[in-house]
Amino acid sequence: MTANNYSQLCIGVTGLNANDNPGPGVAVIRALKEGLGAGFRIIGLSYESLEPGIYMRDMVDKTYTIPYPTEGTAALFERLTYIHDREQLNFIIPNFDAELHNFIKLAPQLQQIGIRTFLPSIEQLMIRDKVNLYDFGKKNGFYIPADHKLYSTDDVQKATEELGFPVVVKGKFYEAYIAHNKEAAIKAFNQLALTWGYPVIAQQYIKGTEINIAALGDGDGNNISIVPMRKLYITDKGKAWAGVTIEDTALIALADQFAKATKWRGGYELEIMRDADDRLFILEINPRFPAWIYLTAAAGQNQPLALVKMASGEKLSRFEEYQAGKLFIRHSWDQVVDITDFQRISALGEL
Amino acid sequence: MKLKKNIATSENGFIFNPATGDSFSGNAMASEILLAMKNGETEAGIKRQLLQKYEVSATQLDRDWEDWIVQLKEANLLEATTYDSK
Repeated sequence: MTANNYSQLCIGVTGLNANDNPGPGVAVIRALKEGLGAGFRIIGLSYESLEPGIYMRDMVDKTYTIPYPTEGTAALFERLTYIHDREQLNFIIPNFDAELHNFIKLAPQLQQIGIRTFLPSIEQLMIRDKVNLYDFGKKNGFYIPADHKLYSTDDVQKATEELGFPVVVKGKFYEAYIAHNKEAAIKAFNQLALTWGYPVIAQQYIKGTEINIAALGDGDGNNISIVPMRKLYITDKGKAWAGVTIEDTALIALADQFAKATKWRGGYELEIMRDADDRLFILEINPRFPAWIYLTAAAGQNQPLALVKMASGEKLSRFEEYQAGKLFIRHSWDQVVDITDFQRISALGEL
Repeated sequence: MKLKKNIATSENGFIFNPATGDSFSGNAMASEILLAMKNGETEAGIKRQLLQKYEVSATQLDRDWEDWIVQLKEANLLEATTYDSK
């Protein structure tokens, strides 16, 4: 596909919740706009009426609500077919962990109606799941903090006896709390079980420097792009609010080891803690681009653009360089919109 | 001791370690010494310049230099191996 053809594309993007725990959608769109220039269309795919990206008219041409993942693949496919009939989507880039299962299942059907994706397989998705992460690391030679799956408060007791305090209590899909005593661990367990379901995960607390790596796997065991970022400012939800690209061959090697072990296809993020002995612990592996993905474009490796090209069948060479010392500093911004816009997306599911 | 190759310094004393993402603010003196170290000047050479330029005794400068090296080590800005330096 030529550059001109890319500029005629229509791309569906989820994850428009640019809030204090942001989805990656707006950052993905920003990177695409920088890479593709004017002409192509972005269709926002949202779950809730207050996702800020819906109202960013310079970023999103039109938004449609889509059914929650719990409604299943049939409902999602029906809705996507409706949207496709109106917008002629060429690609969809899903950006939420919880929706990936459905999108992966639907990928062949979407391909049949002309919508491409570039996603991992269900097996790849499961192998890095929080529930399986420790076993995956053990099998493939990665440092992973010890963990326990929690289904009851008795499990919390057993886990904390073994892991000690502080301990990290994590939701199945999102959210994590550092608990310094048993009461706090039980409170976090109850809250996370209620929000995200079972199991809740108790993970060994590793003290060190937090580093994230955004990477793009080609599905054959190689990475096309790897950009590591050191967190400089971390919110109370553990999210990077500022960060800086860094250069470290050990981090690049770690991402390559992961791609080789999994043959990962698509974007992913390794959440790393470097301890005092320089060991690189993988705390989590997110199966999609992170919210800070625009930094990869700013540093010279536009991963969302590369993903679209790979989904089009283009063979890309691996990026070899990026700029270390490129910072992002996130900020919040009060968008003002008319109530009629809110009414339209709420009542009609389109804006 | 040798400054790590990829350490970025600026004239106003800002120091960035691209391997770790750490950054530091130094004063004009720190900036001057870092620049000399980056240029590969020896410890003896740098001290000689400082003794010529500032009113400081050799003994005091040696003590300050030791403190300086400790700070650079703590900040992970030095190569693991020693060279020179006299």
